[in-house]
Amino acid sequence: MPKSSKVLEAAPARLTVRKTYKLFIGGKFPRSESGRTLVVNGDNVALASRKDARDAVLAARAASAKWAGATAYNRGQVLYRVAEMVEARRAEFVALGVAPTEVDAAVDRWVWYAGWSDKIAQVAGGANPVAGPFFNISAPEPTGVVAVVAPPSLLGLVSVVAPAVVTGNTVVVLAADPQIAITLAEVLATSDVPGGVVNILTGRYAETAPWLASHADVNALDLTGVEHPELAAELERAAAGTLKRVLRPPAGGIDFTADPGLRPMTALLETKTVWHPKGY
Amino acid sequence: MFEYAPAPESRSVVEIASSYGLFIDGSFEAAKDGNVFKTVNPASEEVLAEVAAAGPEDVDRAVAAARRAFGPWSALPGSERAKYLFRIARIIQERSRELAVLESLDNGKPIKESRDVDLPLVAAHFFYYAGWADKLAYAGFGPDPRPLGVAGQVIPWNFPLLMLAWKIAPALATGNTVVLKPAETTPLSALFFADVCRQAELPPGVVNIVTGAGDTGAYLVQHPDVNKVAFTGSTDVGREIARAVAGTGKRLTLELGGKAANIVFDDAPIDQAVEGIVNGIFFNQGHVCCAGSRLLVQESVAEELLASLKRRMATLRVGDPLDKNTDIGAINSAAQLARITELSEIGASEGAERWSPACELPERGFWFAPTIFTGVTQAHRIAREEIFGPVLSVLTFRTPAEAIEKANNTPYGLSAGIWSEKGSRILSVADQLRAGVVWANTFNKFDPTSPFGGYKESGYGREGGRHGLEAYLA
Repeated sequence: MPKSSKVLEAAPARLTVRKTYKLFIGGKFPRSESGRTLVVNGDNVALASRKDARDAVLAARAASAKWAGATAYNRGQVLYRVAEMVEARRAEFVALGVAPTEVDAAVDRWVWYAGWSDKIAQVAGGANPVAGPFFNISAPEPTGVVAVVAPPSLLGLVSVVAPAVVTGNTVVVLAADPQIAITLAEVLATSDVPGGVVNILTGRYAETAPWLASHADVNALDLTGVEHPELAAELERAAAGTLKRVLRPPAGGIDFTADPGLRPMTALLETKTVWHPKGY
Repeated sequence: MFEYAPAPESRSVVEIASSYGLFIDGSFEAAKDGNVFKTVNPASEEVLAEVAAAGPEDVDRAVAAARRAFGPWSALPGSERAKYLFRIARIIQERSRELAVLESLDNGKPIKESRDVDLPLVAAHFFYYAGWADKLAYAGFGPDPRPLGVAGQVIPWNFPLLMLAWKIAPALATGNTVVLKPAETTPLSALFFADVCRQAELPPGVVNIVTGAGDTGAYLVQHPDVNKVAFTGSTDVGREIARAVAGTGKRLTLELGGKAANIVFDDAPIDQAVEGIVNGIFFNQGHVCCAGSRLLVQESVAEELLASLKRRMATLRVGDPLDKNTDIGAINSAAQLARITELSEIGASEGAERWSPACELPERGFWFAPTIFTGVTQAHRIAREEIFGPVLSVLTFRTPAEAIEKANNTPYGLSAGIWSEKGSRILSVADQLRAGVVWANTFNKFDPTSPFGGYKESGYGREGGRHGLEAYLA
């Protein structure tokens, strides 16, 4: 709990039980294997290492097939459950300094994306009228494991994680605000999101992002939260080694309160086209 | 095998000039420093023409012309842009015999293919995207999608005119202007296309063609006034381009290499599967990024299938690309022949068993007999690397799970084939293959309405269909 709680100050007889902010990997909350911590807003938070990043990729890859293979209806139910749990923990986010209206928007965004789970394939795919006796259909599929440099707000974080996972991707998130991110991890851990679907690392993203950008088992790189153009370019260059899909940081920033459109989802989807002859 | 009398297509339907300039701002001009290179007929090694080699200043002029043309072109009503593209499609249909012969001469592919596959698809592609030009608001990319600007496009030598169509048609339909660099060994059909643009009275600068080698392409994709880069070619060059474009904000689509698995289950109709395997790997001399170059055959039918495949291969006619009976034409260049030869020798030295039918190859030109390797393991280089020639690696499997595992065990993910009579098996396997195009009980089928492109290191973005518009829209 945050140290500024007025309730606790009014009851000095009982000492607060503080929360330890750790990482979120494979559905568990480990400390950094490096043993390193970093003080952020008065808390010791885990300072993730290259090894933590690799462990997180392993967890994300391990969770990938089952999550991608879950029914869209099931993924939608899980995302809706996340919305319910953010709502239930509203006070915790507010105590961390998140405006109540932003919590509202974050809940609504989970609900919005929950509904997309079984609609995106119809909007982004469909039958192709080829000139011949063939059944031909294109359908979107998740690209796989996505590494995300998240922007520093609850709504920003939700706006990069939800569109990635709703379609069946699994993610390794480099969080900007550790307390908000790990509180969201606690939400996810109690929302039927399978372990490994979302993995969250805290610390210094400039230290861990290059390892994810060059990691051969990461399929896509979302640079939305990268502030420095030179670092973004360097990460994009590293990603070129394995031809990752790269979402560049938007010029001029993103208004996360606006309608996100389809792009945050479609940028992390592959299109598979299947042909079969027709005949007797 | 039957003896076939020669059935040569007439070469006289195409008139090739002795030299060609760059097509910039609506007219042909020499390269500034006067550099030229020769393009040869790979079936005879005869020089077909001398072609200008564009240097940095030439690329500058081409990009500047495209930039000047962009404002008016993108401001045209979509219905007017559409009519230019319809005109181009019609002219290609009208000139398709000439263009097919030209393509076979410069590329080495059999006239049967350039006539019946390449040219019809080229015209169809322009027709398809012509119709999109005034309907972009309905394409699902927002109510008012905008063009990006100048597109720098670099294409390969395996389907020269078809790759040009895949690049230019969607770019123009969406209101972009183009600087295109054809491959060094196959520049002629792109230069003839420039003449098609003139016949269509396309405004100058909307399409510019700069010929040259790899460095010309590098100038183009790195040019600061290019907004969008589209490349089809090898994965290694694709990586270099992705690195060069990083941090510039240029939009990028890449269609790169492949090492497709063609999976034959024990219930597949053997004769149809054999036809599909032959089409998968020997179509276009195997110079196909989506070629079915790894045959995965279920162990229980491997012997029967291979016997049948070898019988079929013995009937393939290799030779003069302009002969209408020819199945397999010339390898596109000496360099490509050397690569195919080297990898095949490595295949044999790594322990795979090599087989080709008895087959007489012409004395002049670049030729490679259709070849299969059996006893190939996943560790062999011929099972991992793209050979881009008429060489098939045969592996076996016992269970569907093993087939899927082996099929996906590659950094590539462009295409795959499945042969089975069981519908539920086809659909389940298709779901699990990490590839952008899956052909079930068919192979190497293409259509302008059908999105094409890869997973993983086979690149990103799609060409064809509604999906193909996205690469050219903001």
